[in-house]
Amino acid sequence: MPILNYLWIIPALPLLGSAINGLFGSKWPNKVINTVAVGSTGLSFLAALEAVREFTHLAPENIPWVQQYFTWIIAGDFRAGFDLQIDHLTVVMLLVVTGVGWLIHIYSMGYMAHEGGYYRFFSYLNLFMFFMLILVLAANYVLLFVGWEGVGLSSYLLIGFYFLRKSAADAGKKAFIVNRIGDFGFMLGMFLLFKAFGTLDFVPLFSKATPLPPDPMGQLGTITIACLLLFMGACGKSAQLPLYVWLPDAMEGPTPVSALIHAATMVTAGVYVVARSHVLFTHAPTAMLVVAIVGCATAFFAATIGLVQTDIKRVLAYSTVSQLGYMFLALGVGAFSAGIFHLMTHAFFKALLFLAAGSVIHAMGGEQDMTSMGGLSKKIRWTYLTMLTATLAIAGFPPLAGFFSKDSILLSAYQSEHGGRILYAFGLLTALLTSFYMFRLIFLTFFGKPRYDEKKVHVHESPKSMLVPLAILAVLSIVGGWMAAPAFLGQPDYFAKFLEPVFAQGSVAGAEAAEATAHALETPLAIVAVITATLGLLLAWWLYLRQPGKPEKLAKSMRGLYNTLLHKYYVDEMYAALIVKPLVWLSTNVLWQTVDARAIDGTVNGIAEGMTGLGDGVRHTQSGNTRSYAVWVVIGALVIIAIVFWPYLRPTTVGAVR
Amino acid sequence: MVPTHYYVILSAVLFGLGVIAFIFKRNIITIFMSIELMLNAVNLAFVAFSQVWHRLDGQVFVLFVIVVAAAEAAVGLGIIIMITRNRKTLNVEDVNLLKL
Repeated sequence: MPILNYLWIIPALPLLGSAINGLFGSKWPNKVINTVAVGSTGLSFLAALEAVREFTHLAPENIPWVQQYFTWIIAGDFRAGFDLQIDHLTVVMLLVVTGVGWLIHIYSMGYMAHEGGYYRFFSYLNLFMFFMLILVLAANYVLLFVGWEGVGLSSYLLIGFYFLRKSAADAGKKAFIVNRIGDFGFMLGMFLLFKAFGTLDFVPLFSKATPLPPDPMGQLGTITIACLLLFMGACGKSAQLPLYVWLPDAMEGPTPVSALIHAATMVTAGVYVVARSHVLFTHAPTAMLVVAIVGCATAFFAATIGLVQTDIKRVLAYSTVSQLGYMFLALGVGAFSAGIFHLMTHAFFKALLFLAAGSVIHAMGGEQDMTSMGGLSKKIRWTYLTMLTATLAIAGFPPLAGFFSKDSILLSAYQSEHGGRILYAFGLLTALLTSFYMFRLIFLTFFGKPRYDEKKVHVHESPKSMLVPLAILAVLSIVGGWMAAPAFLGQPDYFAKFLEPVFAQGSVAGAEAAEATAHALETPLAIVAVITATLGLLLAWWLYLRQPGKPEKLAKSMRGLYNTLLHKYYVDEMYAALIVKPLVWLSTNVLWQTVDARAIDGTVNGIAEGMTGLGDGVRHTQSGNTRSYAVWVVIGALVIIAIVFWPYLRPTTVGAVR
Repeated sequence: MVPTHYYVILSAVLFGLGVIAFIFKRNIITIFMSIELMLNAVNLAFVAFSQVWHRLDGQVFVLFVIVVAAAEAAVGLGIIIMITRNRKTLNVEDVNLLKL
């Protein structure tokens, strides 16, 4: 089995591509850079495919397949190695990351063709692929954290790609700093896990945790606290409440970056970590409930903001936050495979939405405001068709991918023991909002009368390198969910079955009984979901096509609500007032003016001034007069003699002799 | 036989005279000679104690001191000649260019 023994090749290829382009690419023509960047990710994708093929032939006792390449950190009992592992969960992530990543690389060739810093862009993008692959292949939390921080770094670099624009540089910093808060929790979680279990390798850690009794509901046991801390990290990376604020601003980066990093792959890292730690989470029902509530709240909250945004990419950004909330909702109610399933389908249709949006922006010559678009459906037919597919998928119309994944999440939420009905209700409401704002986007962009200057803006369809990935992703958005289709025929769906070896470990007994009731509920809930999605579609159609002008009237009649939504519930302003301003004040007045300027500078300058004074005094001994030097020599000799003979002089006092 | 402390006292007196001359004389050659005086005062003490303890270490040391003194005399006189040639003086007070 060749490639399974050389798993490191999969992440190493993009790293090599990144290094080559980053070091030598500045003088190369675009074609060479394309070959290196797209070639290395393509090869990585092929290697991943081959690894997955070999993986399917592995005996069940060899799964998870762990490869130890070298020891990285060793300290006492602690060992962290460069160990890679592959199991069913990794397979899904691996294929999504390399596959979607590769398509987006191809798309970027067309989208970025006229941009400066072409080599830099692809070098960063490949670097991102490397870290993301390390993240999903890592066999211990420490190596996973390397990938975790690495994708954060690449995200920062790519958000700030147009670094001459202040807003882009600020957005990059914002993303990095907000993520740091989550990473702090993640690290504390790792420390706690090491203290409790003595290892951070997945396989021994989870097998140690499995026989333990679950922490009782409502109590903060060690595992619960560790899970909550890990979830804090996940909140940062996956843009959940209250750390979601960086993701909408991250849209300052080039659109392919938004598609790859801030929709399809990196932001799902938090979901992946929670799913990877499912053994721990099933032992911490309190943490699970927190995950479910945060996920559900984020899904609803972000969807409401998405209703009124006019920047095409911002709508999609809030939609991403909202859909990530769905995934956490699924994880929180224990439906791990449903969460990962939605992660996969979301990667397809959200990447497609972003890429199509990029194609629209490209066609409009850089315009991102939907209120200045309209009537584009005939001019950019392919973009329109693919984007419509993705919209139908995300809104949850059968038989597209989003329908199946969203349906299984809502079903799991409905069945949840703790507050399942409320979670379901909010989930369904979010589905309605999702359908509404997505069709609002479609109607504003592609229908109605053009609201731009048709003489100035020359609308043109994008090049083939952009359209082909769109088409492939559109196909995936349609068929990607079919693996779950058997659920409607009363059989376990293929996807859940595939992931079963992973999620069976440490799962709660009595799941089979729930399975039976699930099938009875499946069809009615699905019908409700489709009706909801249709309602959203009709509402958007009525407001934005049938009665243009009505939205403005509505906005006027509910000015307070509208402004609150438009300003994203003033969360950024609140953070600025509560955290940023006091921090800046503290840094300016205390840390800078007092600690730095007075204490530190004072100490350093004081020592220097003291030395100057001392030198001033001592330099008078340097008289240039030879005889004075002679005196110093004699005095010195006397002092030395005195020191040497001091001990012999003292006993001569009376009495000591006797 | 002359008692040992006579030698030691003579040695100390000679050394003291050497130190005083070293500090107070102005002529470089005189200063140089006072250094020789101190060395020989020490030599005297060495020889005296060597006699007392019946050991040869002191005598050997004296030979070393004589050798070093000879070498030092050669170097020192060389320096003095250079100073007189360049500055036309033998007074140490005038040799003060190292002043800060």
